[in-house]
Amino acid sequence: MKRTLQFYDRPQRIEDFPVGPHFRSGHLVEISAGMRTFRPVINSTKCRKCMVCFLICPDGAICREAGGVTVDYDFCKGCGLCAHECKFGAISMRKEGE
Amino acid sequence: MSGSRQFVSGDEAVALAVRLIKPHVIAAYPITPQTIVVERLSDFVEDGSLRSEYMHVESEHSALAACMGASAVGARTFTATSSQGLLYMVECLHYASGSRFPIVMMNANRSLAAPWSIFGDQRDSLSQLDCGWLQVYAEDAQESLDLMLQAYRIAEDASVLTPVMVNLDGFVLTHTYEVVEVPEATDVNRYLPPYKPTVKMDFEKPISMSISAGPLWHTEFRLQQQQAALHAREVIHAAEAEFEAVFGRHYNGLVEEYRCEDAEVVLATLGSVAGTVRLVVDELREGGTKVGLLKLRWLRPFPVEEVASIGERVKALGVLEKNISFGYEGSVYSEVNSAIVRNRNVPATINFVAGLAGRDITREDLIGMFNILQEAARGEKTDRVIFSQTRWG
Repeated sequence: MKRTLQFYDRPQRIEDFPVGPHFRSGHLVEISAGMRTFRPVINSTKCRKCMVCFLICPDGAICREAGGVTVDYDFCKGCGLCAHECKFGAISMRKEGE
Repeated sequence: MSGSRQFVSGDEAVALAVRLIKPHVIAAYPITPQTIVVERLSDFVEDGSLRSEYMHVESEHSALAACMGASAVGARTFTATSSQGLLYMVECLHYASGSRFPIVMMNANRSLAAPWSIFGDQRDSLSQLDCGWLQVYAEDAQESLDLMLQAYRIAEDASVLTPVMVNLDGFVLTHTYEVVEVPEATDVNRYLPPYKPTVKMDFEKPISMSISAGPLWHTEFRLQQQQAALHAREVIHAAEAEFEAVFGRHYNGLVEEYRCEDAEVVLATLGSVAGTVRLVVDELREGGTKVGLLKLRWLRPFPVEEVASIGERVKALGVLEKNISFGYEGSVYSEVNSAIVRNRNVPATINFVAGLAGRDITREDLIGMFNILQEAARGEKTDRVIFSQTRWG
């Protein structure tokens, strides 16, 4: 898993504060999968390309590709909704590091 | 759309101003007595004379939420509401000002339920003095149109970036007709160049907007808001000077003093009733009484110095408002008292609560108020808060 850590300068004076509370987006753009303990693995022979997993993934981390669907592991939090919703048992959750 | 004189209502004057201002997005929900504003704007979009995205939303909460979203991507936005609709927006009012979105809203001042009434008073917007928006009150339709143009300049100024609420008295101003100078589009374009946001949502440079800020960082964001709202005072003066240079009409800053130079007794008020007070001041002056009018135009930022200055010069200062904060007094009266409390000379002050839910404030009512103020100026004891127009007199 690739991970990019960014450090920001902390404001020292009122002028350093952004006008309106905003911030350069960091983690969500770079990577957001640090919290994952289980990862979904798709069995492409069982997959019927029904796209339910693509539709219900709360993070948009399931991508449509020509041959079916793939998981973007940089953004998947490992919530397991896709495995729970798959009617064909094509998605299994595996412990990270195994 | 060349410059012209048109016979229009206050609502129509606002709509004509918005057509000249050309917001990218208009999101609004109709409510009496604001409805004509959004009806006219919808007509303008339909007939092609205004190329705005007009969003029909399901509520006022959604209207302001849509404006915030549009403002976040750098769009110029407009909405309008009144009364219960303003209250339905309240959560978003704070979100918009805290996020520093320069949204401009017209509010038709109308009473609040219950008892239910569609008629005008100022209890809607005055209940929202703390929501972080700048607030201004118009006296007539011309001022309404002019304030709309100025409001965008002030809100979008990079040193302000604070939303502005332009208030028109319901019916008395929204639904009465007068001749209004509608400026040339080229002049408006010169006065109000396209909004150039300093911060916006951008695919190339992603930012998270309206983020959380807890105990460690929150106070500084609030200090920043306070500094910007106070600084708006200078920007208002600059916007009025530039307005006069382009359009030739003069405005007086946060307040207007009318015949106050040598006045012993002054009545401060806001909104359309200032016109009636002006006539009564003239009449009483003819009879030799030294009276004046202090028209409060902007309530946020509050004209602290101007009010303190009047307080220093007069013997009695009345505050007439279509509002009451139950259990205390009218909010504007509290604010005026607060502004003069550090004076060397603190005059007698009296709060007149009148014009609730559209009850007309008459010449006789106003003469009565000036009489009570003169008693106070002579040192006689008066009530602190007077409901001026109760049915039993």
